[in-house]
Amino acid sequence: MYEFDFEKPATVAEAVAALGREDAMALGGGQTLIPSMKQRLAAPSALVSLTGIAEMRGVCTGDDAALCVGGATTHAAVAAEAAGRYPALAALAGNIGDPAVRNRGTIGGSLANNDPAADYPAAVLGSGATIVTNNRSIAADDFFEGLFTTALEPGEIIVEVRFPIPERAAYAKFQQPASRFALTGVFVAKTANGVRVAVTGASESGVFRWGEAEAALSADFSADAIAGLSVPADGMVSDLHGTPAYRANLVKVMTQRAVSAA
Amino acid sequence: MTKVTMTVNGRAVSGEVEGRTLLSAFLREGLGLTGTHVGCDTSQCGACVVHVDGKAVKSCTVFASDVAGASVTTIEGMANPDGTLGRVQQAFQDHHGLQCGFCTPGMVMSTAALLAENPKPTEADVRHYLEGNICRCTGYHNIVKAVLAASGQDVSGVAAE
Repeated sequence: MYEFDFEKPATVAEAVAALGREDAMALGGGQTLIPSMKQRLAAPSALVSLTGIAEMRGVCTGDDAALCVGGATTHAAVAAEAAGRYPALAALAGNIGDPAVRNRGTIGGSLANNDPAADYPAAVLGSGATIVTNNRSIAADDFFEGLFTTALEPGEIIVEVRFPIPERAAYAKFQQPASRFALTGVFVAKTANGVRVAVTGASESGVFRWGEAEAALSADFSADAIAGLSVPADGMVSDLHGTPAYRANLVKVMTQRAVSAA
Repeated sequence: MTKVTMTVNGRAVSGEVEGRTLLSAFLREGLGLTGTHVGCDTSQCGACVVHVDGKAVKSCTVFASDVAGASVTTIEGMANPDGTLGRVQQAFQDHHGLQCGFCTPGMVMSTAALLAENPKPTEADVRHYLEGNICRCTGYHNIVKAVLAASGQDVSGVAAE
């Protein structure tokens, strides 16, 4: 790993200022960034740790309409603190990686990285959450822009994620057992305005919504409602763990499992 | 180089580190606490697990500077004050929960974190919690048995397959 300058600001404003340096990067829990830096896939000149910013940590309980999660909140904290208000989100957070990873990794770090097989993008897109940064709010539908790419500008920080609470929701993950990333994971949320279905791990373009299933499930929220649908294999990931056709089939199967569990 | 200060196994320590100095390197090379093992160095294997403010973390995937001021517990802090093996360590010895022993420091630290959260885990709980700790010798059965024994549960009926 190449050397870099390390900074750990105590406020969002200080972090934004520190990230103004050329080639500076934000550091969440580092569970992806540090291994990437060891491989020299990332070589920032400065790292700005966001874990010391108290205002970015924790799950708020004061808002009736939404659950807000600070950007620097660890997966373990979401699993524990969101369980009462949004159990589907807490369950997803509690099954990311392993316990030691969950004690460091953060929601903001996961979303800013936008790994195509990460779990949180499915929850955020499936819930229709809002990503609040240091200078604006971004709807989930506008946030994810493909593999490892988001709407974030350089130096922009995810301060908070606001999840509207659905009537029913569940996440079903077909796990790659070695990495514990999603081979395919589907987050389903039923709200008064209809059903949202978000899929991670399957597509070469990263997390996406399965519109056909959303329409069918909005009319009839049951696993049988999508029994006749199929997902095209075009654009699905092909690797040693599965073919595009296998993943396309998994999208449907995991959607059905999520609906049954919701 | 900057100076970091933290508490390790109850003792205030400090040392000069680079930004890129990992907690595992600070413990091993800076403080000579080589009980924390570095297996894969890619946050897969869990041999380097230590506790930071009571939470299990992979010390190869944390910068020392990022945990300045924290309270860190390593495998060296798990023995009883009189130097005899702690409860979890003793269970691993009693139930042959190790062969080569390389993964054992991380296994013991993860076990202690599990039992702090869940004092009477089921076998399934143990296997799920230890997902991030890899052992290439034992096949895990005796490790799971040791963890259950450390929790005070009767393991006389658990076969050492």
